[in-house]
Amino acid sequence: MRSPVDDSSTLERRGRSMVTVAALTGVAVLGVIGVRALSRNSGNVGRRFRRIVEVLTNHRLSGAAGDNVADESEELVERTVTINRPRHELYMFWRDFGNLALIMENIESVTEVDERRSHWVVRAPAGTTLEWDSAIVEDIPDELISWQSEPGADITHSGRIDFRDAQGGRGTLVTATIAYDPPAGAVGKLVAKLFQREPKIQARRDLRRFKQFMETGEIATSRMNADASAVTSTAQPDAAMRQAAPH
Amino acid sequence: MRALTWQGKHDVRVETVPDPGIVNPRDAIIRVTSTAICGSDLHLYDHYIPRMKSGDILGHEFMGEVVDVGSGNHALSVGQRVVVPFVIACGGCFFCQKQQYAACDNSNPADKADVSEVAYGYPMTGAFGYSHLTGGYSGGQAEYVRVPYADIGPIVIPEGIADERVLFLSDILPTGWMAAENCAIESGDTIAVWGCGPVGLFAIQSAFLQGAQRVIAIDHYPHRLDLAKSLGAEVIDYEEVKVREALVEMTGGIGPDACIDAVGMESHGMALDNVVDQVKASVGLGTDRPHVLRQVIMACRKGGRVSIPGVYGGFADKFPIGALMEKGLTIKTGQTHVQRYSDRLLQMILDGAIDTTFLISHRLPLEEAANGYRMFKEQQNEVTKVVLKPDGWRH
Repeated sequence: MRSPVDDSSTLERRGRSMVTVAALTGVAVLGVIGVRALSRNSGNVGRRFRRIVEVLTNHRLSGAAGDNVADESEELVERTVTINRPRHELYMFWRDFGNLALIMENIESVTEVDERRSHWVVRAPAGTTLEWDSAIVEDIPDELISWQSEPGADITHSGRIDFRDAQGGRGTLVTATIAYDPPAGAVGKLVAKLFQREPKIQARRDLRRFKQFMETGEIATSRMNADASAVTSTAQPDAAMRQAAPH
Repeated sequence: MRALTWQGKHDVRVETVPDPGIVNPRDAIIRVTSTAICGSDLHLYDHYIPRMKSGDILGHEFMGEVVDVGSGNHALSVGQRVVVPFVIACGGCFFCQKQQYAACDNSNPADKADVSEVAYGYPMTGAFGYSHLTGGYSGGQAEYVRVPYADIGPIVIPEGIADERVLFLSDILPTGWMAAENCAIESGDTIAVWGCGPVGLFAIQSAFLQGAQRVIAIDHYPHRLDLAKSLGAEVIDYEEVKVREALVEMTGGIGPDACIDAVGMESHGMALDNVVDQVKASVGLGTDRPHVLRQVIMACRKGGRVSIPGVYGGFADKFPIGALMEKGLTIKTGQTHVQRYSDRLLQMILDGAIDTTFLISHRLPLEEAANGYRMFKEQQNEVTKVVLKPDGWRH
């Protein structure tokens, strides 16, 4: 059976269509799930950011969520969700960053540049977009993926996602984390301002969508109709993925 | 299409709105043949439920014909007749797999789930036509409805079975059944039921089917008490006697083994606590009027069970936690896990063990839905259930 995660072109097309129909908030929010946001009142952003990056890249999460990084840096926040699917399946979905546009509201596209690098396009206010290249820092199959933006990014950031078995056969604990540095310049300030107000909410919603997609094959919506411009009704859930996954 | 829309407190109107279409692969579109006004719709009508928006289509008790299915839905086909559970459940999450469908973790859209996560600690499950707390899904008091996860929820009805025999599988029949089940009935038990509206009446019926020896029904509308009697219940008119004293007397001093609050947040009655609750609700100091719940807890026997199918949404003042604890009561409550009961209750209807048609007092075209709400609100003695017909009586 064909693995859906290999079929990035199809997923990307599908991702675009779903992104198109997703409600545009008009708020530039980095559509990366998970938050370990800097404090709103952050005084020395650069120093804190370095600390966060260090924590993210060198400090491997273990044990219960919430009792690790937060101890070392009070600015860090994280969110964990239990998804009733096998760890491997969730890891494979995530490892293909192109899939993320399916579940993240503000991501226009994520395309692979090479094995370790990907190019991200995120919607910003007034019809503009933000772009950056991101490189994988650590990749342990079925356990964790962490990444960091490359120099020159519109938003300097890093993130990681951890997968652990949930107790009692309840699936997988997915812990998501993102740290970012407010971008420079006038647009950057605006973006950062919006960004810092929203990342927790955005993370919560993106994680819910990830869970919905993996558990049900679709993103829940109360819309009565697919938008005229959208082709959601023909955007299939990943039938191959669902069939391939052990139930 | 035409649909009943909420515009504000005591203001609902049938308007022309866009037809629904398939959005997600597992969807189906249902052409509604029968839909009912629920007692809990009156909480929306009275604006006791927050997060309503002008134009929301109401209705969570409906059935009809499948007219379109999404490409990922292999369970339904066009032309089938189905009853649709009011709870929208995905079937794949931890909760659905435990058959706790009313706790489904996925059906409330990501951007709608924040409010209830703050209000209740965890996000609520999606439901049709019941505010944006439960997803903002358009309801069934309309000509057509988009039904998500339609490959696991809708109950396919055999040919030749009239709508009215099965319509209430959507909500009030399983709700009455689960209310009785939550009483953990043992042989010889006496069950007291507050409220002889549709859920209370079906709870009475269900309690007998589940082995209760006696059921005592409490209300003040003569016609509703008559319906309770016709189901085999003894009755108490709370305007005539003191309820707890009557229950003590009728049970030889022991008290009812289990008590059902089938009234919920808008209880009637002129008791002092209820008047205070009404005043508080009207000035925004409290949202619920738990007069009946207090009485239920006080009346229940030591070590007894309390079942709450009645809807509450906020906070209760003067909640008798002391009586609850000192008597060692067990409380079970919750929105109904409709899908858990569908097959069994459909079979009981087909076998003739359950009849629900006695409840229907009024049938109206959808165009007269606003009038139906008014009647149901203002004439609760005579109007026990209003069924709306969007398609002009063909079913």
